Amino acid sequence: MIKVEGLTRKYGDFTAVDDVSFECQPGRVTGFLGPNGAGKTTTMRVMVGLTPATHGRVTIGGHLYKDIPNPGRHVGVLLDASAQHAGRTGREVLTLGAMTMGLDLSRVDEMLELVSLDAKEARRRVRNYSLGMRQRLGIAHALLGDPSVLILDEPANGLDPAGIRWMRGLLKGYAERGGTVLLSSHLLHEVEIIADEMILIGRGRIVARGDKKSLLAHAGKAATLVTALDNDELGRVPKDRGFAVSGVGQGLRVETEPVEVGRAAADHAIVLTDLRSAEEGLEDLFLELTSDSQRDDLTPGSAA
Amino acid sequence: MSTSTYEQGLDLSGTAPLPFARLVRVELRKMADTRAGRWLLISIAALTTLVLVIQLSVVLSQDLTVEFRDFMVAMNTPMGILLPVLGVMCVTSEWSQRTAMVTFTLEPSRMKLVRAKFVATMLIAVAAVIVGMLLSVPANMLYGALSGNDVVWGFGPDDVLYVFLLHVFGMATGFAFGTLFLNTPAGIVVYFVYSFVLPPLFALGAALMGWFESLQPWIDFADAQNPLIEGNVSGAEWAHLAVSGFIWLVLPLAIGTWRVLRAEVK
Repeated sequence: MIKVEGLTRKYGDFTAVDDVSFECQPGRVTGFLGPNGAGKTTTMRVMVGLTPATHGRVTIGGHLYKDIPNPGRHVGVLLDASAQHAGRTGREVLTLGAMTMGLDLSRVDEMLELVSLDAKEARRRVRNYSLGMRQRLGIAHALLGDPSVLILDEPANGLDPAGIRWMRGLLKGYAERGGTVLLSSHLLHEVEIIADEMILIGRGRIVARGDKKSLLAHAGKAATLVTALDNDELGRVPKDRGFAVSGVGQGLRVETEPVEVGRAAADHAIVLTDLRSAEEGLEDLFLELTSDSQRDDLTPGSAA
Repeated sequence: MSTSTYEQGLDLSGTAPLPFARLVRVELRKMADTRAGRWLLISIAALTTLVLVIQLSVVLSQDLTVEFRDFMVAMNTPMGILLPVLGVMCVTSEWSQRTAMVTFTLEPSRMKLVRAKFVATMLIAVAAVIVGMLLSVPANMLYGALSGNDVVWGFGPDDVLYVFLLHVFGMATGFAFGTLFLNTPAGIVVYFVYSFVLPPLFALGAALMGWFESLQPWIDFADAQNPLIEGNVSGAEWAHLAVSGFIWLVLPLAIGTWRVLRAEVK
């Protein structure tokens, strides 16, 4: 549905986006992931025609954004929740949107209810909104025209954990009904739970893509966190099988798949109280792939 | 996961491009739906009323003879100052508040938006002049009733046209400066420099330098508008208006519009 083809955007000598190509499918949530300044926002701005591409192009459903009549009815956009007039009320922001798109004003109340902004909050000026409330308002604005494509830049930014869970459910449901969702984040854990597919970008280039499983398969090293009634006994078993073991918190960390640890424990009739994947493979991969563009120097292995 | 079950394209048959009149209506609403905008509109009406009341009381206490035209001239001052500020803000608030990001995604044709904003500001200017006239009518009638002098109207269609032109020019110049600077304080300050600081400098230059005296009428847009206030515009004065208006209104508007079409909204 969204098709990015060989997109490059240069600012003078600086290349913000460098030959990026990817597609977002309907019925799926695509996560666009990368550290700050990796080119996510620039890519999304080109998508909706706010920034011209230096090379390449982006089409949505086969059309350039600028060629879509009344685009708010087809593509819901939230690029910056703070880009609203501080002196307008939340309700007025949505009313202007609904008027522009030619919608029935009852849509405003529907959207306010959908994002859980109550009547009193809707009458307050955006100046007095928390970032989380602005994000809710922004999501309401994006959904106003009942679009079939959503483009959201850092929508979870500023939402509290309950808000993030709410948004996750909202976007999942939206995609299940056939919608296309592209959302960006610089936080891996925000995206990995919700996204069916992830695009990792660093320094303007795509460094990896795929669903969580296939990305982890590439990451290679799996690790397990395990706790048993008798940790000492448990520790000896994987060691005998050639897996590195180290003590972490109340339990142990074993450098292999959970299934191997579980099997070893079963063979020796050891009672486990906790067994799970360390799941930092993806985070390691993320940091490693985008390390060129990280602002902070992370010495290899320091995350382990 | 089967993605082929979903429609890959967008069905655009159900949506038409945004009607121009709707954009104008939205822009008009935007000028009044914030405290700043609403108070500016209220201030224009309130200050105009205040100026008329002051004029009326001065005229009555000094026993002066005035007519409708004098009340209209008095009305020009608050409107001439505040309408252009509204014109500046109509454009610049989109940039200072960064709402242009939303506005431009709902209507990707920036040219169409600039035109809609321009038409909206012109409608406000016309409405303001009508309100000003409606306020001047009771002022003149009160003057007649309280002073016992004859009530003189003497305001022809030409005069009405001139008043509209005066404020349409003022509003449009403010609008042009707004597009040129895309920044509220800069747009307003430069507009005030243009309308209050430059004219005396031009006059001084004309008094001191002979060659400048013949040039000044062609480049001083504020001065060129004075015949509109006086209600008598000669052929040469129309030419002065056209040339100086090109320099101070058309040129900034053209460059400013080009800026809006190209600028990135951050």
